[in-house]
Amino acid sequence: MKCRKCGGRASLELRRHNAAFCSAHFLEFFRKQVAEAIHKHRMFTRDETVLVAVSGGKDSLALWDVLIEDGYRTAGLYLDLGIFDYSRESREKCEAFAAARGQTLHVERVADAVGAPIPDVQKVTRRPTCSACGLSKRYLMNRTALERGYAVVATGHNLDDEAATLFGSVMHWQTDALPRQSPALAATHPKLVRRVKPLYRLSELETAAYAFLRRIDYIVEECPFAKGATSIAHKEVLNRLEETSPGAKHNFLFGFLDKARPAFERAEPVALQECTVCGQATTGTLCAFCKLADQVKQRISDAASTGRNTA
Amino acid sequence: MKVILRNPKREVAVTGTRRVKELLIELDILPGTVLVIRGDELLTSDAVVGNDDVLEVRPVMSGGSAGASA
Repeated sequence: MKCRKCGGRASLELRRHNAAFCSAHFLEFFRKQVAEAIHKHRMFTRDETVLVAVSGGKDSLALWDVLIEDGYRTAGLYLDLGIFDYSRESREKCEAFAAARGQTLHVERVADAVGAPIPDVQKVTRRPTCSACGLSKRYLMNRTALERGYAVVATGHNLDDEAATLFGSVMHWQTDALPRQSPALAATHPKLVRRVKPLYRLSELETAAYAFLRRIDYIVEECPFAKGATSIAHKEVLNRLEETSPGAKHNFLFGFLDKARPAFERAEPVALQECTVCGQATTGTLCAFCKLADQVKQRISDAASTGRNTA
Repeated sequence: MKVILRNPKREVAVTGTRRVKELLIELDILPGTVLVIRGDELLTSDAVVGNDDVLEVRPVMSGGSAGASA
C-alpha cells in the first residue's frame, strides 16, 4: 500500500478517507485535523493556556503532544482515581511525559475530594463505577481549572468516543443529552470553564497511530473497570458497522453535529445556580458531585460505626 | 512468527507467510481496532509477514467513563 501524497510505503490505511499515508504524511494529516477542529469551533487562542486533562492513555497524551508541537501554551491535569496499579502506572506515564517536555502537570486525587478512591466509591454507593468516575472527572476538571485560572479544559475524546456516546444517547432517546454533545461547550456560567475536544475528527486508530509514531509512552492496558462497560459495547457495535461500511461512524457523528443537533437545542437555556456546598454550577441547590461525596462519606462513617459497635 | 496480543497480554505462535489482513481474520480481530506493529514500524493490511517476524497486535479501543478520555 502506498502513501497518497508521496507514493512511499504507507504506515496507515484510512478506509473512511479511501487513503493511506506514510508516517510523515500521516502526522501531517493528524495535525491538520486538530488545527481544523480548533479553528472551526474557536476552541481557544494562542493567548490562552489550555489545561489538558490527561489519563496516561494514547488520546490525551497525543492531544497534549500535538498542542505542544503546534506552539500552544498548555498545562496538564492528571486525576488520580486510586485504581490500584493502573492509576500508579498511568500517573507515572503522565509525569514522565510532562517532565520530558518541560510542562506543568497538576495532580488531583479523587479520594481527597469525594472521600474515597473510585473502587471504594463503587462499593459503598453501588453506583456503576464508570458513572461515578465520569462525574468526578468532569467536576474536578472544572474546579481545578477555575481555581488555577485556566479558561479552557481540553480532553482527548476522539471520533469513536463521540460516536459511541451519541449512539448511547440515541438508543435511549436522551434528548437532554443530545444538545450537550458538542466538540466545544461554552462557559455558560461564571463557575463553568469552556470544555473542548480537539480530537473529535480523528478515530481511535488514528490517535493510537499518532502516539506510536511520536514514540509517546502511554498506558496500553485497559482500565480494570472498563471491561463490560456500556460504552465499550457500543463501540464494538459501531466497529462492526465500520468494517462493512467505512465512514459509518464519521457520517453518524458529523451528520448529527451538522444536521440534527440544532433540532434538540432548547429555546431557553438551562438555568444554573451555585451549589450551596461547593459553589460550583448546578441546576439544583446541591450539585451531583456534592451529593455523591455526601453519600460516600455517610456510608463510610456508618460502616465504621457498625464495625465499632460489633467489635 | 510470534504474535503478541494485549488485554490480557499473551503470545501466540503462527507458522507460514500471509498478509496482515489474513492473519487478523485468523485471530478473529477486526482490522480497524488494532495497530499491527513490527519493530518500530506500523504495518498495513496488505503487508506480508512470515516466520521470522515478531508482531505486536495492539488494541486501540479505550472506554468507560465519559469524563476524560484515555
